[in-house]
Amino acid sequence: MKYFRSHVLVCVDPECLSKGAHDVLDALNDELVAQGLIDEIQVLETSRIGGCTVGPELMVYPEGVHYVGVSVDDVPYLVEEHFLKGRVVKKFLAPPKTNTDEELGAPTSKEVRVVLRNCGKIDPENIDDYIAEDGYAALEKVLGGMTPEQVIEEILASGLRGRGGAGFPTGRKWQFARASRATPKYMICNADEGDPGAFMNRRVLEGDPHAVLEGMIIGGYAVGASRGYIYCRAEYPVAVRTLRIAIDQARAYGLLGENILGSGFSFDIEVRVGAGAFVCGEETALMASIEGKRGEPRPRPPFPAVSGLWGKPSNINNVETYANVPQIILKGAQWFASMGTEKSKGTKTFALAGDVNRTGLIEVPLGINLREVIYDVAQGIKDGKKLKAVQIGGPMGGCLPEAYIDRPIDYESLAEAGTIMGSGGFVVMDEDTCMVDIARFFMEFTQDESCGKCTPCRVGTRRMLEILQRICAGEGRHGDIEMLEDLCKWIKITSLCGLGQGAPNPVESTLKHFRHEYEAHIYEKRCPAKVCKGLIRYEIVDACTGCTVCARNCPVNAITGQRRQKHVIDPNVCIRCGICEQVCNFNAIVIR
Amino acid sequence: MSVETTAVEGIEPGGVYLPRPPLSEEEVRAAVQSAITRRGGAAADPVEMREALIPILSEVNQTLGYLPPEAFVEVGRQLRMPVSQLFSVASFYQMLSTKPRGRHIIQFCESAPCHVVGGRQVWTALQEALKLGPGETSSDGKWTLQTTSCIGICAVGPVLVVDADIYGNVTPAQVTEILAKYQ
Repeated sequence: MKYFRSHVLVCVDPECLSKGAHDVLDALNDELVAQGLIDEIQVLETSRIGGCTVGPELMVYPEGVHYVGVSVDDVPYLVEEHFLKGRVVKKFLAPPKTNTDEELGAPTSKEVRVVLRNCGKIDPENIDDYIAEDGYAALEKVLGGMTPEQVIEEILASGLRGRGGAGFPTGRKWQFARASRATPKYMICNADEGDPGAFMNRRVLEGDPHAVLEGMIIGGYAVGASRGYIYCRAEYPVAVRTLRIAIDQARAYGLLGENILGSGFSFDIEVRVGAGAFVCGEETALMASIEGKRGEPRPRPPFPAVSGLWGKPSNINNVETYANVPQIILKGAQWFASMGTEKSKGTKTFALAGDVNRTGLIEVPLGINLREVIYDVAQGIKDGKKLKAVQIGGPMGGCLPEAYIDRPIDYESLAEAGTIMGSGGFVVMDEDTCMVDIARFFMEFTQDESCGKCTPCRVGTRRMLEILQRICAGEGRHGDIEMLEDLCKWIKITSLCGLGQGAPNPVESTLKHFRHEYEAHIYEKRCPAKVCKGLIRYEIVDACTGCTVCARNCPVNAITGQRRQKHVIDPNVCIRCGICEQVCNFNAIVIR
Repeated sequence: MSVETTAVEGIEPGGVYLPRPPLSEEEVRAAVQSAITRRGGAAADPVEMREALIPILSEVNQTLGYLPPEAFVEVGRQLRMPVSQLFSVASFYQMLSTKPRGRHIIQFCESAPCHVVGGRQVWTALQEALKLGPGETSSDGKWTLQTTSCIGICAVGPVLVVDADIYGNVTPAQVTEILAKYQ
């Protein structure tokens, strides 16, 4: 074998090529010949090294030096400096990577990355990158010697439960679909991640699409399906594009289509794009949408495993559930079951939001408690304020007060506390949050997204919202709390699908844990957190220097006063927009 | 076959008069034809045709800016489906519009994560700059202002989408600057 002291890898990704990577490649070879170095230094072509944004990129090994923005004219200088004189040319050095991924960052000590393991690490548009990280090895293992029953057995043993939020054991779901006699069978991936502020699935679809495909193919083999659908929301155009590229590449490699890996098993996947309807995340509504109908849920049973898409047996799982499957097959059920609690195994991704120092995506082992997530992973509450509540599970989840901070995060423990695992929304709220206002906010969302098919959800959520709006406006009445409780109970029992059944959760949980705030709004006409506009008043205190900034910024001219004298706000004109408080440099404006 | 007449009226809910975009019959037919051809043509199997319906309507909606009544008639004729069925589907999904929209669609994310990082101020600035309320179209047919559900890039909120361009970390001061990029 020929020995080279150095290897230069030039990125020939389409983006670098368009910026002249080919000319750089030629110039590099010419210059190395001219300098008599061509026998010592090898030039190779490679795929994407970095971001391809600045211009042609190259990597020099064994030093591992990454150059960007190198043009043809720079080549002689670079060759002379680096390869002849052995000096790194700082000018072209790639900026140091502090973060592999802006949204993700480096994991903290309490985090474990299973689902997100490849995100930000591999090129999602290159199947070879995924294969280099043991990608499709699980599929090979399955098709090479496992029976469908063995696959289901392994998933059952791992304890994997639905990551869409309901937590139904995945293996059991697969068993039901396998037991159904009718054909064809369908494998569906629910990628209609609609909860506001939750983007865990988007990250996986955009960062590691093949993991989802591999999970679906393995599942398809296990239940005996021949066709798969990924229903992705239209608000995620990048995810849709990445998935389509991934599917094409998998087909080209014979990992999708007829006779996969020569096993005789045939399976193909198609991406379906939503058209903007939150309720389509509900499984029966999602299937109606794929069929080309209005995305309205229908009663269950029959469950999809018996009668799903076009009345055929169908298995439907969430993005994150499928993304777990290949690693369970590869590393074994025992490995997966070693993480988590007795009944909730593995990890879960959450989208941290709200008043914490570190927001964004995290993945933690189940069983971790709220305190660890808030104070270790999220690095505590912003501005050193006090924790008031945590809202888990998206708009259908409940609010937990500080007293629950040592509660472990698992399906049962959260349900017992009055919330749900949900898809992974995790909103932390500090002492300045009004819980009645939060309940109103979530009710506004669910009411807006109610599909209107069943009466309890369509009319009931509207009535609840009206009462909450009234309370927040300072017009709460005796009997409102009782009426809300009654509505919560009946909407939960009588609604057709998870949207209606879950819609009262934010109200029910805040009524349970923060009842005194409702009472203060209704009986004392007071918003303890000073948030609800109908119940607060802005006032100027003696610290006012008469600088006139507030008066000049007030959109409704509610502030009057002489220069260098204390100003006054007319409460009848004031619209409580809070601009004056923001612009005041002397903290002279207070909320009463 | 009668056609929904509400869709052709030039009055938007906000009371703004909107001259109906001059869409010729040929334009509508070509858009429908192209969308159906892309989905493999009108199939014989009614189930297959039904399955292709939402992708077809989405594409026509994208090409023409909205779904005019003529498009429903044409899709219905080719896929052999009653117009009432097509309208029931189109009216369900937020992204399918049965009303004419502006040349540029502005979508503002109104979800909580954007809301709490200054989204409210950006939303006010947008409405003031365009003199439009949510769901309204400007009288010159240039802009339509809409709110959108969470688009999942909460780390860079507030987020604003103009046509297919996404803008993150938007401040009220940037609004006019962004709008000026569009003709």
